[in-house]
This record gives sequence, C-alpha cells and structure tokens, in this order.
Amino acid sequence: MFESKSGIFFVAGLGFFGLSFLVMAVLPWTIYAGEKELDLNELAVRGITHEFVDLAERYPEQFKKHFGEVSYESFSEALRIGHRAYVAEACWHCHSQFVRPVSNEDLRWGPVSHALEYQNVLQRPVLFGTRRVGPDLIREAARRSNDWHVAHFWKPTSVAPASVMPSYRWFFDAEGYPNKKGMAIITYIQWLGSWLEEYPYFHGEGPDVAAPAPKEGAS
Amino acid sequence: MTTLAASGAIPRSLETSVAGELVDRRIVFSYLVASLFYLGLAILAGFLFSLQFLQRYPFEGIELFSPGRWRMVHTNGVAYGFIANAFLGALHWAVPRMTLRPVLHRGLSWFIFWAWQVIVVSTAGGLLLGQAQALEWGETPTWIDPLALVGLILVAINFLVPIARTQGPLYVALWYFIAAFIWTILVYAMGNFLPQYFVGGAAAGAIGGLFIHDLVGLFVTPLGWGLMYYFVPIILRKPVWSHGLSLVGFWGLAFFYPLTGIHHFLYSPIPLFLQHGAVVTTIAIELVVTTVIINFFMTIVGRGDALRTSMPIRWFYTGMVFYFTTCLQCAFQTTLTFQKIIHFTDWVVGHAHLVMFGVFGFWLLGSMVYLIPRVLNAAWYSPVLNSWHFWLTALGTLIMFFDLLVAGLVQGFMWRDLAHWDDSLVASMPFWLVRTFSGIMIMVGQFLFFYNVYMTWRWRPPVSTEAPPTPVMPQQPAIA
Repeated sequence: MFESKSGIFFVAGLGFFGLSFLVMAVLPWTIYAGEKELDLNELAVRGITHEFVDLAERYPEQFKKHFGEVSYESFSEALRIGHRAYVAEACWHCHSQFVRPVSNEDLRWGPVSHALEYQNVLQRPVLFGTRRVGPDLIREAARRSNDWHVAHFWKPTSVAPASVMPSYRWFFDAEGYPNKKGMAIITYIQWLGSWLEEYPYFHGEGPDVAAPAPKEGAS
Repeated sequence: MTTLAASGAIPRSLETSVAGELVDRRIVFSYLVASLFYLGLAILAGFLFSLQFLQRYPFEGIELFSPGRWRMVHTNGVAYGFIANAFLGALHWAVPRMTLRPVLHRGLSWFIFWAWQVIVVSTAGGLLLGQAQALEWGETPTWIDPLALVGLILVAINFLVPIARTQGPLYVALWYFIAAFIWTILVYAMGNFLPQYFVGGAAAGAIGGLFIHDLVGLFVTPLGWGLMYYFVPIILRKPVWSHGLSLVGFWGLAFFYPLTGIHHFLYSPIPLFLQHGAVVTTIAIELVVTTVIINFFMTIVGRGDALRTSMPIRWFYTGMVFYFTTCLQCAFQTTLTFQKIIHFTDWVVGHAHLVMFGVFGFWLLGSMVYLIPRVLNAAWYSPVLNSWHFWLTALGTLIMFFDLLVAGLVQGFMWRDLAHWDDSLVASMPFWLVRTFSGIMIMVGQFLFFYNVYMTWRWRPPVSTEAPPTPVMPQQPAIA
C-alpha cells in the first residue's frame, strides 16, 4: 500500500483528504446546520441603522437618486452593494471582522464575537480576515459619524494622519458627494455590530480619553 | 510493492515507444517563460502595494490602481501565475523521464498551456475590475473557478495516465505527484465552491482556513518536494539517504497536513475543540518535516561541494533551510500562546513570504536554473548574473522575513497594551520601509535573471528541425 499507485491515490489522496474534510469541514458544518442563515431581507428587518437615515437626511438629492426612500428594501440594497464593494476592494485583507477573547481585544473593540453573528448571507464567504493593517470592523457601527467616514474615504490621512489606507475617490460623484457605492459601503460599515443590544463600543484612545487598565493576567 | 498499473488492461499498442523523445522541450520552456512573466508582474504588484504602506502610493485615487486590488494580483499572480506555471513546466520535464513515457497527449498539453494563461490573465483582469471573491488565495472571480477546475482535472489526466502505465516500483517523486494531482482538484473545488454556495458563517471560516492551508500544503508542498526528490539525487548523482524516511515523510505529510487548516482562525468563533485539534496536528507536521530535512541533509553529506559548484543545489538547499525555519516557526506560532500576540500582525506576512517565495519560489528558480540550459541546449549566458540573482534574492528574502517578524511582535504587543491604533502604525512605518527595500533587492535579482534568460535564449545554438538532438550538456545526468 505505502508505495503503490493505488495506495497513494486512494488512501493518501482521497482517503486522508476525505478524513480531514469530515473532521475539519463537515463537523463544524453540522454544528451550525440548525442555525438559520439570515437573508438580506431578514437582516434589514432586524433594524435599519440611524446612520442610513442620516445619509438620507444629509444627502437628500443623491440619496433619492440612488436609493429612493428609506425602507427595508433600500436598506438591504445598500447593504448588498456595500458588501460587494467591501469584497471587491479587498477591504477584508486589511480589516478583520472578529473580536478575539484575548489580548485585551474586548476592551478595544467590544464584546467577543459569537458564531451566530456570522450566520447571514453577508458572511458568505465569511469575512473573518487574517490581517489587521487597519482596525477590526465587526464592532464599527456608529463608532464614528457618517461625516468622518466620508472624509476618510476621500482622504484617510485627513482624519487619521498615520493611516495607510488608500483613498477611494471612485466612491464619490463629480460634485464630491458620496455616490451609490460610497453611500452603500458607509451603510455597510455603520451596520457592522449594530445588531448587538448595546453599541457603539468606543475604545479608549485619543489624548482626552483615559485608556482602561489592562486586565489582570491578560497577555 | 504492488502497482496499480493494471498493466494487462492497457493494450500494448497504446504504450508509446520509449525510443522517441520523451520531453517536449518547447512546452517546458514556454511554461517557464510564462512563469517568469507572472513572477515579474507579481513582484511589481507587491512593490506597488508596499508603497501604500509608506503613504507614497504613486497612483492614488485611480480605481484600476486600487492598492487593495493589486494586493490580490500579487498573491494570485504568485500562486497561479508563477508557481503553477513553473510546476507545470518542471512536471513536463520530470514526469516523462521518470515514467519513460511522454505525457498522455501533447496537443492536450498545449491546450492546457494556453487555457491556463487565459485563466490567469482573466483572474488578474477580474480582480482589477472589482470582481474578487472573498476567499483568501482564492480571490479568482467566481465565473473563472469552474474553468480553472476543469484545467486542473485535465492536468491530472495528462500526467496520471503515463504514471499509471509505469510498472515496477515508483520513484518517491511520483508518490508526491500522484497525491498532489488529486489533492489539488479536491482542494480547489472545496475552497472555491463550498463557502460561496453551500456553507455560511463560522463553518465556512473553517473551510476557508482549510483551503488557505491545503493550497500550500496539498498543492504546492507535494509538488515542491516531489521535484526535490527528483532533482537532488540526479544532480548529486547519489540516491536519497533513507528510503524509510522518505516513506515517513510522505505518509506523515499526507495524514497530518490536511488536518491543520483551522489554525488560521484560532480564537475565532469556530468551535474551540477543532482549533485545539488543528494546533496538535500542526505541531505533529513539524516532526514529520524534520525527518524529511534529515533525509535530504544526510543525502548531501559528502557532496557539500555541490553547494558551491551547482547553482540549482544551492537554491534547493537554501530553500530547505528556509523550509525548516518556517515549519519550526509554525510549530510555535500555531500555539494559542503565540497567537494572542502575533495573529493579525506582519509576523504572519513574513511567514507567508518565507514559505511561498523563500521555499517554493527558491526551489522553482533552482529548477529553472537547471532546466533552461537543457531545454535550450545552450549554456547560461552569464553564470555571474545567476550568482547575483541568488544572493540578492536570498538576502532580500531573509531581510524581509526578519523585518516583518519583528514588526509583527511590535504590533502585537502594542495592540495588547492598548496603544492608540495610529501609534502602532507610526511604529510599523520603519519596518515597512525596510520591507520595501528588501523587496527591491528581490526585484532587482529577478530582473537580472530575466535578462540572463533572455540572453541565453537569444544566443542559443540553432536547432535542426529534423531530429531534435538529445541534450548533450556536459554534466547531463543519465536518464532518471
């Protein structure tokens, strides 16, 4: 078996791969199989964010042109387009979307992530991410104002001088207002974490905010 | 040592005569040139992306030059352009020689060649146009995924048929190749389709982790080691030290490697007992790797002069040292203790560069240094340039690795200590500057190599169109 073609093909090739697939993929799959995966409509019904309404008030003409009225339909549409842009621009390569229970992350970002938070179509494929060049975003909802995000997408260093984020000028129309994609991605980011009972979670940073003391024994 | 061969089942007439030329040298060279083209593109993309980290991006605000999109061109260009093409070129050389049979069909080889280039170019184009899929190392736009899968299946058929027709004991290299062909298909299908169409949420995270790791572990690693088991004994003109250790290495890799994927998402919402399992298997893999490394270093004992005299051997063994380094690093960084600090940091980026470029890139570049004069039937235009290529690349890679390793520690500890996020960026900036310069070293090295390949091709001796001469390099080894 160990040196034969059939042994290598069937045991190592198919067998061991199948074993790993059972253990590392099918098992977690079955664990969450009973949990419903929310679709866009269900996500929208769970709650339209204040920031979406704020966009409609701040840019009434543009909002009307791109999304019409504030409604469950327009909100889910904005989430869908925003998520699409988030994936296309590879935001997820520099921003993670999960809070770990270690390294004081709950102090910085907010509550530790729970598996059920990811049972929805906007986490398909899941956007955990593997690198944080910029901050984690899963607790970003309402942490900053829409204005901040508009300025940040136009020129990140204008609000965060050390930022190495690219500027996304194509999220804006010719007059400098956020276009459909721009409004959508702001809606998407301002939505991340809005499903929690309490939000936003501000991390103690900036000169006028005292940083919370690290937890005892945390490292 | 039984063989599948089912030799009785294959009509004798179908078996191609061994007397004809086994290797289509034009296709080997075409693959290598394509591979080098994408290597150049991927390195330029990486260089461009690194400038963003210095706040010096030259094409700010231009959609098609969005740094995030070019980052994906960098990784996908390396994986599917550089590495896949180089492997296919080397396989077209090695498999016919080990099986004493040509590939199933030469026309099929050329069809795959052009189809694969179309797939890689469309992938890059799709990424730049904003059609990425949110799957690390699998950002290929979803409409290309099925085409790529068909391509991989054709590759497997083209090589597995001649392998199946061989009789008698198999070369160790062929164990790795057989497994790699079937694994690559399965991994690609699993990673690109399941999380997109069938599974959501944390379970899809587990599959995504599996895909990231299997792509390295079940596609790149077995093909890479297979090439080492082929090239090293041929160049050193001596057998691999221990057949027993070869067995341990192969079966250990086959068993443990697929079980490690979830270690990419430790402390994530994926069930913790699965994370623990992935940690244990990852550490186990390090023990297996050690046996393989011992086997190869015992093989070179007594022929250490080859590190000086043979450029390919120098590339291969440097790559093996890097391989051991990354695997040792991996055994530590996979522990939950290390993960607290180094996850999400540049430490992992350094690790990835050392694995993908420092190991497999080195092995493939070494293979090219060996193959190109043989497929062109010409001596290298400039061995001196080859030496510069090696040293610039090796030093650049080492500097990048250590630089990002330390950067990762700085970032990880600053984050844990709740430093302001901007402060962690300011602290990272010098490391990113060094990273860019180490990248420039690597880039210059590759461009010297491209020039050397071009001049070698240009000054190759004319080949008569009648009967292609058998390669008569001075140090041409006996047929493997």
